[in-house]
Amino acid sequence: MDFELSEEQKILQKSARDFLRKECPKELIRAVSQSHEGYSTELWGKMAELGWMGLMVPEAYGGSGMTFLDLTVLLEEMGYNLCPGPFLASAVLAGPAILTGGNEEQKAELLPKISSGEKIFTVALYEPKSTFDAVPRQVTGSRVNGHYELKGTKLFVPDAHVADYILCPARTKEHPDPKQGITVFLVDAGSPGLACTLLRTISWDKQCEVVLDNVRVPSSRVIGRTDQGWPLVRDMTAKAAVARSAEMIGHCQASLDMAVAYAKERVQFDRPIGTFQAVQHHLADMWLDISGTRNLVYQAAWKISAGIEAERDVAMTKARTGEISRKVTKTAHMLFGAIGYTMEHDLHLYYRRVVAGDMAYGNSDFHYEEVAKSLGL
Amino acid sequence: MDFGFAKEELDFRQEVEDFVRSELPPDWDARAVWWPGGYGTIPEMEAEFLDFTKTFLRKIGKKGWLSLGWPKEYGGQSSMIKQAIVGDVLSYHRTPAGGVAVSIAGPTILMVGSDEMKKEWLPKIAGGEEGFWLGYSEPNAGSDLSAIKTTAVADGDEFVINGQKVWSSGAHVTENAWLMVKTDLQAPRHKSATLMIVPNETPGVTVKPIINLCGFHSFNEVFFDNVRVPKRYVVGEVNKGFYNVMLALQFERLAVGVGAFKRVLEELIQFAKETDLGGEPLCRKSEIRMKLARLATELESFYSLYWQTAWMLDRRRIPELEASALKLTGTELGVVFAQTAVDILGPYGLLDKGSKWAPLYGRVALGYLDSISGPIGAGTSEIQRSIMATRGLGLPRG
Repeated sequence: MDFELSEEQKILQKSARDFLRKECPKELIRAVSQSHEGYSTELWGKMAELGWMGLMVPEAYGGSGMTFLDLTVLLEEMGYNLCPGPFLASAVLAGPAILTGGNEEQKAELLPKISSGEKIFTVALYEPKSTFDAVPRQVTGSRVNGHYELKGTKLFVPDAHVADYILCPARTKEHPDPKQGITVFLVDAGSPGLACTLLRTISWDKQCEVVLDNVRVPSSRVIGRTDQGWPLVRDMTAKAAVARSAEMIGHCQASLDMAVAYAKERVQFDRPIGTFQAVQHHLADMWLDISGTRNLVYQAAWKISAGIEAERDVAMTKARTGEISRKVTKTAHMLFGAIGYTMEHDLHLYYRRVVAGDMAYGNSDFHYEEVAKSLGL
Repeated sequence: MDFGFAKEELDFRQEVEDFVRSELPPDWDARAVWWPGGYGTIPEMEAEFLDFTKTFLRKIGKKGWLSLGWPKEYGGQSSMIKQAIVGDVLSYHRTPAGGVAVSIAGPTILMVGSDEMKKEWLPKIAGGEEGFWLGYSEPNAGSDLSAIKTTAVADGDEFVINGQKVWSSGAHVTENAWLMVKTDLQAPRHKSATLMIVPNETPGVTVKPIINLCGFHSFNEVFFDNVRVPKRYVVGEVNKGFYNVMLALQFERLAVGVGAFKRVLEELIQFAKETDLGGEPLCRKSEIRMKLARLATELESFYSLYWQTAWMLDRRRIPELEASALKLTGTELGVVFAQTAVDILGPYGLLDKGSKWAPLYGRVALGYLDSISGPIGAGTSEIQRSIMATRGLGLPRG
């Protein structure tokens, strides 16, 4: 057993921390969140130069061939600093999915574009009537004269409005088992018939409605096996759930650090409020929730990296992270009082972000049910 | 990072598992009702199990399993991970595990004891030959340990002790007190106390039972009337008692009985699968599934904290926050497990040990009662949170 990061991971962590502190201040986060794009192309370019987009892409395709566990370290730092933009969709969902499911030609064409940050990818997993399991139900892909036509609506698609490509699972065959008959397509976001509309969320992120009106997709853009795309979707949602959890742990740690610093300096009744046990105990509980959950995140990431079956770990991780991150940020607000309830204060940035995190890739209730299944119930 | 066990560790776990299974009496499962996180129904504290406890501890002591975390020169293997593995397996089977002797007395003597004391006591502790009870609390010194009034006055080669201890778990089934006494009445409170070993058989020691709310005789009040102990039984330096107690806390916290949680979870899962109420197995009801999934998730997180703390100790790191976190979580989780178990069992969760209709040998009903002892004993949850906040997070003291 070893609970310590490797030397390389520590270096990655430190460089990410230093970089983001300098390049991703809160003013930038506020500014881009009000912009249409929702991210800074300048910051995106610098992140690409650091090689972040290609972290998990093999060297042969322009990446650095690191592991999902390495990426988790980076994601926690990005979460701590609320780093905005399509990183998770592009580098964590789409990249590894193409690496796993794509053929040689697709990998050679697409992966360097992801690694360089030159093109932005996203993944469209949910539909108006779908559950968190991400099984496509109403979006269909019909075979017409050697190509496919995609029809239907995808919802809560992250950063689709700025994406060049959208990975889109669709139903290509009716089957009694809803997890059969699924095919994953790579859709050019500029295709005729594709309409993308930004959703208004409270979380200061960019989520979209993507309407596919008989969008033509060539057969060469099928990623993975026709009608048997479920394992690829499943793999994406598992990685996404852990990756998002890592970001959320970062959000929580940042909230705790802010609250501890504030408790030391804010004076009431002639003493710092951090001397009061009511305040101390809140902070101790926050630490406890974060630390116990961070271990789950890294354990799941370690298993995924090592190729060990991680279904239950993923479910436990996302279930607990969703739960504690909402609790931790809510408690942080208690400690800040009225000032934390203002737009000018930074605390609400985390409070907004964690609830979107809970809802992404399966909320706590969904994942607890997954845990129950894994227990044989 | 590596969240897996080495092959040697897995083999070792199997060896412990096989041995324990071969040693347990056939009716052990029905009789040992201990609830994880609770202090009031531990079999090791029960006179009923005294013979088995003594024999069992000597056997595992002989195998070296009570001192795995100790340095090699004292017969250990310097492996807290292995010690934690033993703790996991033993608690899973709700067996005796050595109590205060192994989790507090041994580690403290190793750190601050004189050579003479090490020579005299460590082999007895490692061998499972002598047990200890914890003589800290007094009628007017609970969370505030510095308020103790039991005194020890030097007289030649001896100390003379007068006073009273209370909530002394297992004082009736172990041989020695691990006693905190006041040795300097003038000094500031935190520099006024000393730790010493006092054999129960010393003249002037009187042990009187207290029956806890489960109906078990787990703790006692103990009176000291001109009790004379040799000065060589002082642990560490005189007047450094509080310091030494704090030093040993980090080791004590691994004795949290993780395995017993796992066992209860397995039992509840089995119960939910096998119990059919209203024409449907309990495990199909979404509220039951949700409850069990939560328990399993909380337990997984608790396990990771457990192994992490053992790993830190092996790396000679002080688990300042983690040690308190383990105690806090381990006992509060005991309450969560008990409350949830009662919810799952419904009215059957009221049935006591020995009832005809009692599922799981009445363990849940007793657990409901016993679990409230966990967050109170050995430093309340509130004290743990204060320690974490001040020492771990650096918040100012009030």
